[in-house]
Formats: sequence, C-alpha cells, structure tokens
Amino acid sequence: MATAQDILSASILAEIDKYIAKYPAGRKQSAVMPALTLVQDHNGGWLTTQLMDAIADYLDMPPIAVYEVASFYSMYELKPVGKYKVCVCTNVSCMLCGSDEIVAHLEKRLGIKLGGTTSDNKFTLKEVECLAACGNAPMFQIGRDYHENLTPEKVDQILDGLE
Amino acid sequence: MVKITINGNTYEAQAGQMLIDVADAAGIEIPRFCYHKKLSVSANCRMCLVDVEKAPKPLPACATPVMDGMVVQTRSEKAQQAQKAVMEFLLINHPLDCPICDQGGECELQDVAMGYGQDSSRFKELKRIVPDKNLGPLISTEMTRCIHCTRCVRFGTEVAGIREMGATGRGENTRIGTYIERAVESELSGNMIDVCPVGALTSKAFRFHGRAWEMQQYPSIAPHDGLGSNIYMHVRRNKVLRVVPRENEAINEVWLSDRDRFSYEALESSERLLHPMIKRNGKWQETNWETALNYAIEGLKNIIATYNADAMGALASPAATLEELYLLQKLVRGLDCSNIDHRLHQIDFSDQNDAPLYPYLGQRIEELEKSDAVLLIGTNLRKEQPLLNHRLRKAALKNTGMINEEISANIMLINPVDYEFNLPIAEKIIAAPSKIVSELASVAKALISLTGKNISDEITDLLADVSTNSIHEAMAKLLNEGEYKTILVGRLASTHPEFSKIRALAAWIGKITEAKLGYLAEAGNSVGASLTGVLPHQGIAGHKVENEGKNAFEMLTKEHALKAYLLLGIEAEIDSYAGSNALSVLEEAKFVVCLNSYKTKQMQQYANVILPISLYPETSGTYVNCEGVWQTSHGVIPPPENVRPAWKVLRILGNLFDLDEFNYDSSQEIQDDIHKKTVNVSLPNNLQDWKMPESINIAISNEGSRELEKIIEMPMYAIDSMVRRATSLQNTQDITQAASLYVSSRQLKDINITSSDGTSLDTQMPIMGDERVPDGCILYYAAQKDGFFSIWNESFKFCSSSYHVE
Repeated sequence: MATAQDILSASILAEIDKYIAKYPAGRKQSAVMPALTLVQDHNGGWLTTQLMDAIADYLDMPPIAVYEVASFYSMYELKPVGKYKVCVCTNVSCMLCGSDEIVAHLEKRLGIKLGGTTSDNKFTLKEVECLAACGNAPMFQIGRDYHENLTPEKVDQILDGLE
Repeated sequence: MVKITINGNTYEAQAGQMLIDVADAAGIEIPRFCYHKKLSVSANCRMCLVDVEKAPKPLPACATPVMDGMVVQTRSEKAQQAQKAVMEFLLINHPLDCPICDQGGECELQDVAMGYGQDSSRFKELKRIVPDKNLGPLISTEMTRCIHCTRCVRFGTEVAGIREMGATGRGENTRIGTYIERAVESELSGNMIDVCPVGALTSKAFRFHGRAWEMQQYPSIAPHDGLGSNIYMHVRRNKVLRVVPRENEAINEVWLSDRDRFSYEALESSERLLHPMIKRNGKWQETNWETALNYAIEGLKNIIATYNADAMGALASPAATLEELYLLQKLVRGLDCSNIDHRLHQIDFSDQNDAPLYPYLGQRIEELEKSDAVLLIGTNLRKEQPLLNHRLRKAALKNTGMINEEISANIMLINPVDYEFNLPIAEKIIAAPSKIVSELASVAKALISLTGKNISDEITDLLADVSTNSIHEAMAKLLNEGEYKTILVGRLASTHPEFSKIRALAAWIGKITEAKLGYLAEAGNSVGASLTGVLPHQGIAGHKVENEGKNAFEMLTKEHALKAYLLLGIEAEIDSYAGSNALSVLEEAKFVVCLNSYKTKQMQQYANVILPISLYPETSGTYVNCEGVWQTSHGVIPPPENVRPAWKVLRILGNLFDLDEFNYDSSQEIQDDIHKKTVNVSLPNNLQDWKMPESINIAISNEGSRELEKIIEMPMYAIDSMVRRATSLQNTQDITQAASLYVSSRQLKDINITSSDGTSLDTQMPIMGDERVPDGCILYYAAQKDGFFSIWNESFKFCSSSYHVE
C-alpha cells in the first residue's frame, strides 16, 4: 500500500506536522481536520479516497475514520468542484430573510441547480447549513470570505467581481 | 453502594453504574437499540429515555449514572411520551418491509415498536432509500432498514479490533458502511449480524431460508477451536438453518467466531457420504452396514493374522467427540495395537513422555483478561483462536476498547511471520523458524541475568553461548514485572521441528517469572484426545503403555509405513503435516478403513471401506476444551440416510472383534465410563516437566544458503473437513490468500522454484511478495484442496531442498 510519503508532498506533511505539534503526544489524529483542509486546498478543492487514505496513514487512523470526518463536514468535497464554491445558507434565519430568492437568482444566473457545477468549471453551487452569520442573513460563503445581507443585485456584483 | 428507586421499588447499585444496567439486573424492561452490554455507550438512539425525578427532561438510561436517592419511572406518562416520540422518529425512514425481512419475528425494532410506539405514523413525506453495500460473503445488507444505532461500528472498533465500518455523511444523509466497497474481513464479523437490532445486517448464508418462528432452538458445542464455544442451532424440519452464540461468560461471552457460526453449511455438502461404501475388485460400490462392517473386520483381521496387530495404525481427528476418541483407543488397544494418535500437526515428538498429560491452557479462559504480561510463541492467535485473542485484547486495552488508550497488559510475541494483530504489541521478534529456539533462549538468558535466578546449572551451561540484545532484555523486563503473567504456545510452535526445545524454554521462562504456561489446544477435543489416550505412548488418564506405538507423523512416512490404517474423521493427506507423503503411504497400504462424513477422490484412491459417520450436530458427545472443562451436547438433528454416529460404529466394530466391555447403549454410558477412569486426573502443571534439550543451536545462519526455510500455516477456514466444506467461509479473503506462496518482497525477484532433482517445478500457485515473511523463508498454506499436492510432495521435509534462491 502506498504510504503518506508517496502521495503527499514534503511541504504538505511539514504543514500537517505544525498542527500535530499543537496537540498532546500520541493524539495526532486531532489534526485530521486541518490536514484535510490543507490537502484539499492543494488538490483543487476536493479530496480523493487515495488522499484520505494517505492522511489516515500519516495520522495513524483507520481510513474509515477519515472518511467519516470528510463526509460529515460540508467544507470538504469528495467530488471535483468549480473554481469558486458558492455555499449558500438556507437554514432558518437566512430562509426567513429571503435565502430562497438568493438561491433562485443564483440558479438562474449560473444555469445550474444546487449541488451543480457550471460547464466551464468556474462555479459550484452548494446548499449548506447555518454558518453562524444569522445577524446579517441571508448570506453565502465563497472561498474563505463571508458575503452577508445579500440581495440579487449584490449577488450579481459579487459574482461579476470574480474572474 | 447507593440506593435508587425504580418504579416504586428500591434497588442497590454500585455508584457510577448506568441506570440501564441496574434496571436490567432487576429485570425491569427498558427499550433500547444502541445500548449493548458488551459495547461502549453511545446514547444516540434515545430509545431508553426514562423519567428521573428532579430532571427537567427524560434522561437516557444507558448514559445516566445512578446517584443515591435517585427516583426513576420507566413507564410514567412523561417516559412513555418520550419513548413514543423517539420511536416515531426512528420509524420515519424505516421501510417497514417486515414481511420480506429476514429479521422479522426476532427484530428488536418490531418488538419495541409494538411495545412502545404509536399505532400509526404521521409522516407523509418520502422515505429515503439507501443503496446496499457488499460486505463480503458472510454479511448481507439492506441498508434502508438501518436506524444508525452504530452497534456494528462500535463492535468493529471495540471487539473485532479492526475499524472497517463507520458512519459517513450527516443527518438524514448518514450512511453506515465501509465508504469504499470492501469486504469486512474480521474473523468475528458474523457477530455484527447479532448486534444489529434491525434487518440491516443479516446472515448471507441464512438469507430467505426460514422464519424465526418456524425454527427450534437447540444448545450445542462448536468443535472447531480449543474454546468449545457454546452455540444454539436453529433447526427446521431436521435441517440446521443457522448457528448463533449461546451466552457463556466463562467461555465465549456473547460472541462467536465466524468459523463456528458458518461451518454448519458443510452439513449439506455435495461431498457428503450417505451410505457405506466398499471397494471390490477395484470398483467402489454402495452397500449396507452389515456388509461394509464385515468387510472392514475381515480386512483388518487378515492384516493382523498375516503380520501382527502392530502392522495396523489408527489416526483420529481432535475434533471428534470424547466418546468416539475413547472407543477408538479402546478398540485399537483391545487388538493389542499401540499405533494410535491424533497429533496430526506435530513433527517433534521427542519429549512426549515428559509432556503434560494434555495440552492445556494453564489457566481459565477468563483469567487471560487479568494478564499484565503475555508472551506469545508461534501463533497467529487471531486466526487460530479468535475469542482467546479477544480476551488478550481486552487485557491489553484495559477494557476500554480503544487502541489509543493507555495500554494495560504488555503483549509480546516471537513469531516466524509478522502476523497482523488487533491489539498493541509491546515487543516482538520475527525470526525464521530455525531461529525461534535461539531467540527464546536469549529471552531466558536475559531473564536469568536480570533476576539472578538459576533453575539449574545444566540450563545455565546450555545457555552459555546464547547472546542477548536489547529486545530480549526488554521482554525479560516486562515478563518479570507485573502480577499475572502468561506464556502461550501456539500452532506454529507445536508444528515446529524443535517443539520439545520450545516447550522446555517456555517452561524455564515460566519458572523464572512465575508465569502461567498454556498450550493453545488446536481443536475442540485436543485435550480430550490426550486425556482418553489417543496417543501412542499413553493410555487413558495418562496410563503408561508397555509397548510404545508409532506417532502420527511416523505412521504416515514411508520408512514407518504400516499395512493397515483406521482413520477417524480425517482426510490424512491434507490434515496431516506429512502432507502428500501421507497420500502415497496410504495408497500403498493394504487395507484402509475410513470413518468419515465425506468422500473425496483421494480417499477413494487409498481406502477399502468408507463408513459414513455423523457430523457434530448429528450426534451426542462431549468436548473437553482448552481449559479442561467438559461440555456435552446432544444431537440436534438425525443423521441423514444411512449415516450413523461414529460411537455406534466403533461400538459395533468392538463387538465384531469380540472385544470385552463394548456393550454401550448410549453415549452417556461411554461418558460415564470415561468419567470413572479419569476422575483422579488433576489439571496438569505445565511448568513442571520438560525434556532437557541436548543443545541449543545458536549457530544456524541461513544467510548465503540457497535454501528457503518453510513456514507452513493452517488457513483458518481449512482446519477440518467440515470447515473446508462451508461454502461461505471458502469465499472469504482468508481462503483466497491461501492459494499463493509468499516470500519477503525483497527476495521475490530472486526466487526460482526447482524440484530436488533440479528440474523446474510448476506450482500452479503464484508467488507473492509479503512484508510479513522474513528473508530466506517461504510461507505456504496447508490443507489446500487441489493443486497443492505437486509442491507438497517435492518440499515437505524441512531439510530437503526444493526451493533455491538463484
């Protein structure tokens, strides 16, 4: 079986090591979430089974435990995604403040449904649960940025600003 | 101790005990799905909600520790309301396909829904559908029925020790499975079927074969390992439809190995022998019992008359019942023959007269859990004795079940192959078979220098040239610490050509460290066979015999070949470590009587009479397990067609030979007889006797040698005739991998197989690289059905050279 060293670059492993060092000795598996984030970022925004196996090997975890974490959290992708991943919150506060309208607008503008990716691989539209920005609902997240108090016009403005 | 009140009655409980355990002990029913007494508490199903006074909301009984003065209602309005609500949620996505579900009629979900749920559902939306997973040949899945209790996941992590299953996804999208398609490979995987409270995981072999209410349940004992697991057989119209564990805390707890669970399939094998058969003029014909028995008696009498009684030999399966084994030796000894044995896997018999009366675990099975330090010698314990391995795993993990928790017992091993263990190993030595003895000697020497204890000057002299390294010293240190220590000797040690030396060294180490020394009895009656005297050098209860007979290995080698053989329950050519030599010896014998449940091509080549005998569910009988406990089971189904229990056949053979005291009317009478003769036998002291080795060869170095050392392993699912014919087990990974030869990856490209005369050999088996195999060794699997005889022939003798590194 391929080891982590065969699959992951030395620089990524060094990055993961920084997180491992934050936890007590013998608790390396605590670093699984930052490890998944790092590896996903280096792989164009999504995780393959092989990459997850490599993380499991490196952190001394059963592979299924890594699959569980990666499939539980919505920030990890197990299939290829577009360059920009638009994560729209449709949870209670956002819904009450009009997230349905935002979703409809996004779907119309991008010509895809929730969960889809545009044919030019530029945008992926994803429905997510509460991202803890209820004070300024409705909202979505693109990359590491939150965009709040959305209106269809504001959405257009944001998307136009993306290459 | 604290006092709590449940439903108005007061109960005493240990502080910190969970409410559900107290209620269970008191016989108060609390519904549950995720809680299982042998697994960790996850409290995710919420079915066990009860009403606790002063608590604002109902509390889960499985995760609520009792406190003094606690007042609990399990059936109050509040409790019932909570239970009803939970039940409604659990049923939202459940398909309610009970009429076509195997679990129907014995389903926890059905029972609890009936007792605690509402009569109708308010859910009008669409139910989810979950695709099924392929979990291999043993477990069938119907994942839409899953209620996410995670018992199977926790079982995998905490008991099987391989985390193969998990809960992926989230919320309604949660899925229980392996995520990527793979077979569940644990040797205990069948228990997932039992722990699943719904019909999501069911037995593939049993699927659609019957309904719970159509079957009768009978207790029995499984004979496939030294444990003697307690089982229930579920029978409908004289057919065993499945096997499930019967709880016995002292033996198998609530678990069962897959081998014991699925071997019943072999009852219906197409190779089953249903009528007596005799070979007349080179042709096989079915006949009646009278003709066959007379034919057998005549043949044997002829041999005895022409040669003498010692021209005959008997070999028995250690999985036969105590009664059968006793009658066989009574018959053979009654004819003045001493050639009788059951130790088909042993090669070194040089210390048999000093060996303990029987290969005994040296302690109770339960006591293994107390261990602080354990030294395993030559064993793939997980596969040999799955549930003994589980006891050690519990010792090693302090019952926490979690690999990363603080380690309690230090488990050490000396093995010829780096087998995978599902428990943390403190120290290990992986060495070629020829080096096992000297490695063990080094540990003994390290102990002597550590403790300053001297067992005898003779031993000190023997160990004079032995050197030690840091691993030996670390092992010595760990073995010397701690209260309860165990040394266990496994199959790869008892099949070792220098077994007597291993035994002596293990006993010395045991003496110095005051450890228990245990032997891992191979089969259900290895202990019983020795006890009843199915041995060439001693009779029942260890009585010395005047004229020592030939051992199992001798009887099946050319130099010592006999004229006639009586074989009980074995296929000698694959059950014996004499391998295909056994086949040619038997083919050359003048008369061979097989008592067997199956007929094979090979058997029909060498036998003259084949008498059809019962398999274990078809006969009453006793098994003495590895800790010396007698367990008797009754036949649960009648033998098919003309098949008869072996004890009856042996009894009639005794009568036809006009032997005295052979008029038994029931197996109980035989058992009483054995009991009378063995009543004074006490458990052997494994540490006491050993044969002083003449030398301990430390100079062996096969580096530069062109010969590969052989390591022969018995595949887990090929250990006896019955297991070999259990179709589901034969489709597992363990059997697939046995069809290859393994050498260390480093040496793979250098291997070229030639026979002893230098010609190239077609093994018909692939040679694979395997990190677990030490350099200079080749690992192969015994008891292969076909395609194996060619290399077995060429390479059996450990000293012969049929494999060369070019």
